[in-house]
Amino acid sequence: MLGLRKVAGIMTGAAMLATSALGLGTAQAADDVIKVGVLHSLSGTMAISETTLKDAVLMMVDDLNKNGGLLGKKVEAVVVDPASNWPLFAEKARELIEVDKVDVVFGCWTSVSRKSVLPVFEELNSMLFYPVQYEGEESSRNVFYTGAAPNQQAIPAVEYLMSEEGGDVKRWVLAGTDYVYPRTTNKILEAFLKSKGVADEDIMISYTPFGHSDWQTIVSDIKKFGSEGKKTAVVSTINGDANVPFYKELGNQGIVASDIPVIAFSVGEEELAGLDTAPLVGHLAAWNYFMSVEDEENAEFIKKWHAFIGDDERVTNDPMEATYIGFQMWVQAVKQAGTTDVDAVRQAMYGQEVKNLTGGTAVMNTNHHLSKPVLIGEIQDDGQIETVWRTDGVVKGDAWSDFIPESAKLTSDWTYPFVCGGCEKAMF
Amino acid sequence: MDFSSTKKGPFVSLVTGLPGGGKTFLGILLVAALLVPLSNLLVPESSFFHVPTYMVSLLGKYLSFALLALSVDLIWGYCGILSLGHGAFFALGGYAMGMYLMRQIGDRGVYGNPDLPDFMVFLNWTELPWYWTGFDMFPVAMTMVILVPGILAFIFGWFAFRARVTGVYLSIITQAMTYALMLAFFRNDMGFGGNNGLTDFKEILGFDLQSDGTRLGLFVCSVIALAFGYLISSFITQSKLGRVLIAIRDAESRTRFSGYRVEYYKLFVFVVSAVLAGIAGALYVPQVGIINPSEFSPAQSIEVVIWVAVGGRGTLWGAVLGAMLVNWGKSYFTGALPEAWLYMLGGLFVFTTLFLPKGIVGTSAIWIEKIKNRQTGPASTIPAYVKEE
Amino acid sequence: MRIILKSFLAALAILFMTQAVAVSADLTEASQGLLAKGYKDKTAAVEAVAATGDARSVIILEALLGGKLFIQKSDNVLVIGVKAEGGYKTVNAITGTEIGLTPKSDVKKVRINNKMRGLIKGQLGGLTLLSDDPALRMKAANAVFISRPKEMMAPMQSALASETDPTVVPAMTRALAALELRHGATMADKQAALEILSDLHDPQVKSLLSGELSSLRALQNPTGPEKELIIAVQAGLTKIDEKLDFLNIIENIFQGISLGSVLLLAAIGLAITFGVMGVINMAHGEMVMIGAYTTYVVQELCRNFAPGFLDYALIAAVPLAFIVSGLCGVGIERSVIRYLYGRPLETLLATWGISLILQQFVRTIFGPTNKEVSSPEWLSGTWEVTGGLALTYNRIAIILFAAAVLLMLVLILKKTAFGLQMRAVTQNRQMAASMGIRTGWVDAMTFGLGSGVAGMAGVALSQIDNVSPNLGQAYIIDSFMVVVFGGVGNLWGTLVGALSLGITNKFLEPYTGAVLAKILVLVAIILFIQKRPRGLFALKGRAVES
Repeated sequence: MLGLRKVAGIMTGAAMLATSALGLGTAQAADDVIKVGVLHSLSGTMAISETTLKDAVLMMVDDLNKNGGLLGKKVEAVVVDPASNWPLFAEKARELIEVDKVDVVFGCWTSVSRKSVLPVFEELNSMLFYPVQYEGEESSRNVFYTGAAPNQQAIPAVEYLMSEEGGDVKRWVLAGTDYVYPRTTNKILEAFLKSKGVADEDIMISYTPFGHSDWQTIVSDIKKFGSEGKKTAVVSTINGDANVPFYKELGNQGIVASDIPVIAFSVGEEELAGLDTAPLVGHLAAWNYFMSVEDEENAEFIKKWHAFIGDDERVTNDPMEATYIGFQMWVQAVKQAGTTDVDAVRQAMYGQEVKNLTGGTAVMNTNHHLSKPVLIGEIQDDGQIETVWRTDGVVKGDAWSDFIPESAKLTSDWTYPFVCGGCEKAMF
Repeated sequence: MDFSSTKKGPFVSLVTGLPGGGKTFLGILLVAALLVPLSNLLVPESSFFHVPTYMVSLLGKYLSFALLALSVDLIWGYCGILSLGHGAFFALGGYAMGMYLMRQIGDRGVYGNPDLPDFMVFLNWTELPWYWTGFDMFPVAMTMVILVPGILAFIFGWFAFRARVTGVYLSIITQAMTYALMLAFFRNDMGFGGNNGLTDFKEILGFDLQSDGTRLGLFVCSVIALAFGYLISSFITQSKLGRVLIAIRDAESRTRFSGYRVEYYKLFVFVVSAVLAGIAGALYVPQVGIINPSEFSPAQSIEVVIWVAVGGRGTLWGAVLGAMLVNWGKSYFTGALPEAWLYMLGGLFVFTTLFLPKGIVGTSAIWIEKIKNRQTGPASTIPAYVKEE
Repeated sequence: MRIILKSFLAALAILFMTQAVAVSADLTEASQGLLAKGYKDKTAAVEAVAATGDARSVIILEALLGGKLFIQKSDNVLVIGVKAEGGYKTVNAITGTEIGLTPKSDVKKVRINNKMRGLIKGQLGGLTLLSDDPALRMKAANAVFISRPKEMMAPMQSALASETDPTVVPAMTRALAALELRHGATMADKQAALEILSDLHDPQVKSLLSGELSSLRALQNPTGPEKELIIAVQAGLTKIDEKLDFLNIIENIFQGISLGSVLLLAAIGLAITFGVMGVINMAHGEMVMIGAYTTYVVQELCRNFAPGFLDYALIAAVPLAFIVSGLCGVGIERSVIRYLYGRPLETLLATWGISLILQQFVRTIFGPTNKEVSSPEWLSGTWEVTGGLALTYNRIAIILFAAAVLLMLVLILKKTAFGLQMRAVTQNRQMAASMGIRTGWVDAMTFGLGSGVAGMAGVALSQIDNVSPNLGQAYIIDSFMVVVFGGVGNLWGTLVGALSLGITNKFLEPYTGAVLAKILVLVAIILFIQKRPRGLFALKGRAVES
């Protein structure tokens, strides 16, 4: 009897030892390769969106190697699956940096995953490229934000709808999933709308849980809110998964774009691919990139993507462009710095320029955000989004919103004399 | 977390009263508690025997999962209560710790507000909600780590066990409980940071959370907590109370008719288990650096049950082993086979149920028993803890 | 959409046959603005084109609205294109002469925005008010109701006078009343129009009246009659509001039943595998998902090989989804679950593993992104029961479908030999076996039945939710709640459970918001189980205790 229990006890210990051995076995870095970490969920709820970005990075690494690699070395992508599990994101980030010794990481989609890995990147002084539109209110020394900040998406979109061309909207429904990105965006928009003289009773704010699938009540509320005699629009910050049932309900309840247009910040080509868009024609989306934009760089990118993924039906979207811009900038910065050392590359990143896929040039600013053009498009019946309006030039991404009093006073500038992500006075 | 030194007296007799396997288990824990820090600090990095700090935190995380699994095993393996919502107690303990860590940030948040965490500043809150008071003090926070899961378990158990909700009905309402809590914590209006939860912690008791020393300290605390949880659990299961619990597990009505107040026994062990889960959560949070509502998700709780089943239900170290093994597998395969690891994990679960019905520990015990029987003749019986139903 | 297309094609055909339409110089000139880049020029051009009154203007505007108007890059000529193999089949927009097949890259689409869309609809309304198609006339009347241009007063009056179709008359009356209210010559006209309008309980009328009210209030020095009108409009609004409040309750009940029937569909398969067989079937959600993916595959096959049947692909998918999911279920039962009877908790572990494997399997085969399952024409749109109460067809269909599935199951259980054997096996396995029932076969079939029904639910869910590998996960917890709440092993319990949860949720939602409503429902379930520890319809007897 005693023996059995001993055996079992020893097995427990053995498992612990095996665990320790795991870290040791893989901890070796070869000098002749440059490693790029890919930290996107390949399973779980976020796999829908993130898997595409993993493939995009693999495509660009492949492309880079075909063109002779980087600094004369081969580039190797290290893919891990954080499985839409936020603590696992932090664990995998640490594994990529400490065990696999990657030189840079491309990854994360949700805000919470970024928040989860942020301390890891700061502690180990590594570099993350974050390719998704987000709520701002952050600027880390170790993160480059290549997606849109609220002033590069939300504000221009609302300004467009307020304009004559956009329909002269007077009444606003701000509908979002209850998490930080919609909360922030709506807070900024609310302040912005009020500064434009919109009254309280003309703003309706509604939050829904993640993956909300029964939209009957909210859509009929929107319908009622829109029947008060003023032109009404819906600003949707509804998160990925819940969008399909939302749009299906919109279509079924017959809310057409010429009555109540819906402008979305989280709906791109990829989300629309899961939908029959015929009833949705004319609803809007605001991004920095649309697949439909006619541009040589874009055509080239789409061609490469189709060849890489082996499917001509696959779409491209804004976070892919953001990944592309980030990747190209990193490559240029590494070439300029002549090394993959994080501090050197960071310095080389500032002012780095890459051609947008939509024409013009994206520039990396010293607040770690990009200057990019803003596009507003209407959904077409083939699932594409056609541009109906774009900013004249580029808009500089703002880490700290001017419409939130606490953050309006903060400055983000990682060069001398400020050297900080959010402070009121220069550090030096 | 210094339980061992202050309460050493009674525990000495507890330890000596343990069966041999238990001592071995505690011994291994002790060795791990000594060897891991030593090899992390003293062995040079190039050596094969060096344990990197990364691994220390990971092991610490596994240990807190192991404690959670232990707490589930205590009620499921020994009392037949299948809780599909134990992640709720774990997460509540974690949130209590997270609130303490949040308050320790002080004015180092991005908005530099000394009183309010960033997310509250952001939601335009002007003062700390009442339920956050006191969480800046470590002892208060630690009390809450124990009290909050304990009280919730008490209230929940009080109603459920007295109403004689049993079996799968109980499992499903525990699931409803954790699901409701998850939705509630997702709400930004609740004042717990919504979906992002609590993160960006700086220090604990004045020690920098990112320093290697603190990590080792937390690791050692986790080992001690696991040992402590193990001692309590085995004390309960070895006592007369434990016999009654097993009786309840095997034939609840008969036990009741024998004159035992079944509901009080169940309530007691349920509360103890919830408190252990809460402590596990409190240890988990500083080591992974984030707590958010996804810890409440029913899937997470189901997974804990699966760790226990893989390791061996009704064997305390089986639960520990299962938790370690499954989580290690998860860590390893999400890195090594990112596209196929779910096949491995799913396959493991199916394989375990089909071929190792008593879990790894239980089944290997039966095998060894068989081998022994072949040697000595069919004299001994299968030990009580591997029998079920 | 379809109607416009049909009428447009018909118009084209007529034009080709006659070829006698004189090309108006006006039209060429008016349409020049459409070649411009800016929306202001295009907007002006739309008005100009409509103002020509030329027969082709309708065709041009409809093509523009439908995204079929292009600019030929080589000579800047407006053409109308219909998608064809290798590009577009194009005709000259102004003259109607056929050009032929033009490659995609040679033409550029004339883009429009929402504002133009509204304008074009209004203009088309004016132009199609006397069309032969009653549906088109209806559309025209509704478009006029929204845009209310003054110059439409006379045409609307004459159109109404000559209108014979009883379905179009109310729409025209409504539109005319709206025109009168805005542009009526005398106060009496306006009052009369108001009378007509406030008898209609319709959010659109409400929207119109509120708009009118705010513009009246904005008047600097209202005259006596104007003041009277304000009071009358207010009274009209109150009247409409009262009716709408009542309709709201009906709508709420409908939405509750609709949510309930979604829950019922998701849970009903589980009521068999879990409720009847006692398998804690965590892979149930994946059976639903497989059903949804079957629908996708059927639809894709139809799209590629039999486009004519696309609208009926959904119907074909129902039995196929039943078979595919059912076979999966049988496979799972034979390979794993049959070894686990009498150990219900271990089925939880194994089926959880299976669910992970199936999710990843689907992800590997179909990719992680959402798949498009389109709604057939006959399921799109709403049924206007009365003004202000519109029920969507797909929700009605789901309610009916859920009822049909439930009825089918009840019949199978109560009226067939298989049902009898199934009940015998679940009640007393040994005795059933000794009576000569092949228990193994019955087990496999029962599990297959439950899984197949889940697959059929997947067909319905593909109409309202994501078709993605995560589809099943979204419903599994709710399904368990429904089955347990209703009482394990009782189909009627599942029905009552699903409906009461659905309706409660929908009545709470307007007051508490979606999140809190769900939390409250969950808390209510927890409390309810304390009161009735075996659910709503508890099975009685000794078998329950084991």
